[in-house]
Amino acid sequence: MRSTGKTRIVVSKIAGIGVLIAGFLLAARLCFGGPADPSQIPSIFKPQSTPADSIFRLSMLVLTITGAIFAVVFSLLVYAISKYRRRGDDDGREPPQVYGSNQVELAWTVIPVLIVLVLFLVTARVIHSIQDAPQPPGAIEVVAIGHQFWWEFRYPALGVVTANELHVPVSNPSHPTPTFMTLISADTDHSFWIPRLAGKTDLIPNKINHMWIDPHDTGLYLGQCAQYCGTQHAKMLLRVYVDSQEQFDQWVQEVKRPAVINSSAEQGRQVFETTACVNCHAISGTVADGRFGPDLTHLMSRDTIASGAAPNTPQLLKLWIQNPNAIKPGSLMPAMQLSEKDLDALTAYLETLR
Amino acid sequence: MASETIAITGTAEIGRPISERLHDWIVTVDHKKLGILYIVYALVFLVIGGIEATIMRIQLIVPHNQFVSPQVFNRMMTMHGTTMIFFMVMPILFGFGTYLIPLMIGARDMAFPRLNAFSFWMTAFGGLLLYFSFIGGNGLYGAGNAPDVGWWAYAPLTSRAFSVGHSTDFWTVALLVSGVGSIGTGVNFIATILCMRCPGMTLGKMPLLAWLNLVVGWMVLFCISPLTAAQIMLCIDRYLGGHFFDTQAGGSAVLWMHFFWIFGHPEVYILVVPAFAFVSEIVPVFSRKPIFGYPIMVAATIGIGFISFSVWAHHMFTVGMSSYGNSFFVFTTAAIAVPTGIKIFNWIGTMWGGKIQFRAPMLFCIGFLFQFLIAGLTGIMLGAAPFNWQLSGSYFVVAHFHYVIVGGILFAVFAAFYYWFPKMSGRTYNEVLAKWHFWLFLIGFHMTFDFMHIPGILGMPRRIYTYEPGRGWEIWNLIVTIGVLFQIAAILIFVCNLLWSLFKGDPAGNDPWDAWTLEWSTTSPPPEYDFATLPAVKSRRPLWDIKHPEDPDWKYE
Repeated sequence: MRSTGKTRIVVSKIAGIGVLIAGFLLAARLCFGGPADPSQIPSIFKPQSTPADSIFRLSMLVLTITGAIFAVVFSLLVYAISKYRRRGDDDGREPPQVYGSNQVELAWTVIPVLIVLVLFLVTARVIHSIQDAPQPPGAIEVVAIGHQFWWEFRYPALGVVTANELHVPVSNPSHPTPTFMTLISADTDHSFWIPRLAGKTDLIPNKINHMWIDPHDTGLYLGQCAQYCGTQHAKMLLRVYVDSQEQFDQWVQEVKRPAVINSSAEQGRQVFETTACVNCHAISGTVADGRFGPDLTHLMSRDTIASGAAPNTPQLLKLWIQNPNAIKPGSLMPAMQLSEKDLDALTAYLETLR
Repeated sequence: MASETIAITGTAEIGRPISERLHDWIVTVDHKKLGILYIVYALVFLVIGGIEATIMRIQLIVPHNQFVSPQVFNRMMTMHGTTMIFFMVMPILFGFGTYLIPLMIGARDMAFPRLNAFSFWMTAFGGLLLYFSFIGGNGLYGAGNAPDVGWWAYAPLTSRAFSVGHSTDFWTVALLVSGVGSIGTGVNFIATILCMRCPGMTLGKMPLLAWLNLVVGWMVLFCISPLTAAQIMLCIDRYLGGHFFDTQAGGSAVLWMHFFWIFGHPEVYILVVPAFAFVSEIVPVFSRKPIFGYPIMVAATIGIGFISFSVWAHHMFTVGMSSYGNSFFVFTTAAIAVPTGIKIFNWIGTMWGGKIQFRAPMLFCIGFLFQFLIAGLTGIMLGAAPFNWQLSGSYFVVAHFHYVIVGGILFAVFAAFYYWFPKMSGRTYNEVLAKWHFWLFLIGFHMTFDFMHIPGILGMPRRIYTYEPGRGWEIWNLIVTIGVLFQIAAILIFVCNLLWSLFKGDPAGNDPWDAWTLEWSTTSPPPEYDFATLPAVKSRRPLWDIKHPEDPDWKYE
């Protein structure tokens, strides 16, 4: 009788905790309104590229094995604590003293050894398939350079330099055009991570790393720097645009051109070229060739500024030039201390860089 | 036998001025007082580190929160990690070791009592030095501030170019100083356990706690040394023009990672093996059975000790090692699961067929078993290198190692606390408050750290002071932060229970748990000399032999 009463108490306690958690979930859901746009959630369980997909399949195997181990061990534990608890009518005598059992101990040594071997062999195969994959002839080559706190992307074969928003073509299984990336760093450690496309690889100064992606579907894929790199590590965001082959070719044609200088923004151009802007930023076809900050030749072709920290609108661009710390405290771009007039002219000039 | 006390003039506490008693604590070389000093010191840092964690969780409760600046957040994250590892968990485990080892092996003190005191004060001054950075960190001109390089302090963030001022130096020197203390403790553990055991206590008859701390002592010697070396190299880089880690002059950032993690991974086992030791002592007593498979428990611990030195680069799967290098560390990492699994099975085997009493120490041990099981399984996930390429550096990892350190180690520490509190203070704690502590902490722990795995899977990196809305991370971060409130409430109950019981608890008697190891044969608290006459033992459970002369252990071992 007593034991069923106790069980009931335990069950009601567990139910209570369940209700509590469900309540919190509901409350939180109400606070935040509807669910986020699912395509913008960078979940590792929604792979869209071969490396991410191999990892996903491996992870399902690992989850199955660990889940099974959990089920077995957890059941043993729960069984032991419920079956062998001291009863209310205990006679006060000590239970039989058991010191061990060689057979049982051997069993729970050998079985884990076998599991470990299987896990190792499967994992080693996946490591090899991702890390040692040969580069096919149609591959796009990109050099990604990590900076505090933004990304520089160079396409050596195509003569393109851009920042923060990587464009790559979709890879068709019948005619694969994967993107092979060389990862280097200009200052501290960073890590390139787009969860839906591939696992992360670090960008380390004085070391050259490689990774590749072959996106199966067009669209925007989000990620961010995943290795602590300093004050603004959090806003070193990454955007990968997977374009159709035609879109990609068109994008390459557009961003290869030198900047088109619109005569209406002559004043802003003068401000840019006669202040410290040129020390850090490059605009091809002009005297500006600084490399410490992002290339601005086609700034307006990008959706965001400040490495994804803000949308690319005239108001925010102006605010960014005036006081970068307002958007991204700790950013290495200094506040330019320009007059209101110069600021407007400069913003207008940057707005012409399409 | 050893329960009688000898009256020695001058030991009576009553009537002595408080300054004199305080002086006693400062100059003491008694292992029991030093053990308690370690524990109190660690509890202070638990609260400080907890406050830092709370600041971070408040900042992350909603996206784009502005509770603290990124600079402050990065300092909190660095200080929280460094504090909890080096100045909370390690000292509290050393404290229990220092207190318990001589009592459990029937000795009157550690092998080197003065080294013992030296080690404690080095650790203590290391902690003070770290926190002095808040005042002196950036040098005399700007206001001081704490280091913000993360607790791994990856190069080249620590170089003069990226870390201006002295905050990184405070971090470096604090760890160097406390590392010297840790090495002293390691030496002392080894010498005490090998040389000071009472008559009859062969290595095979030692309590498991002594065995496990023997392994910890060796691991401390071999893993703190590379850390100390690396700190000296970093000092040379920063002040004497060295280029070990200076990438701009051809140094290697990866070299620092190797140095740090060849310390860092054995360190995890230095923290968890003493927790295993507590569980291995407490589970048998509350199951009323001897530990299941003593020889294989010892063998598994030694196995963990060795293998733990071959797994370090599983922290570095993303730095671009070759596929062969990655595969090697996948293998060693998976291999360490085998001895760890043996231990979990043997604890369950100990409970099997027993008569389990659910007192607070046992509840915390069961919590430990459950959570350590999950921590081990997420560890297997992280050990599969390709899966690690996704999970490392994300909140999944943060959840995983908090499962180890909070769900595993801290639960075991609380178990040890309640189990040995009557011995240390001579008074019993309040069982009702202890159970409230357990349940609230359990709920808080699971709210915080279960749900923390999910944003990691959804692509949220660790060490970010804020995050973008619309990525599916908001709700999980909210729940995680709410869980912290439960944990704070539980810790408050714990502190109240501790203080109340210390002054108002009932007298505990020598042996409140009807236990079997030697510390329960002397008075509570034990006299300065531990045992009036040194005990002699014939088995692993000397008190069982005395209590059950008709069925003693030595007939079977």
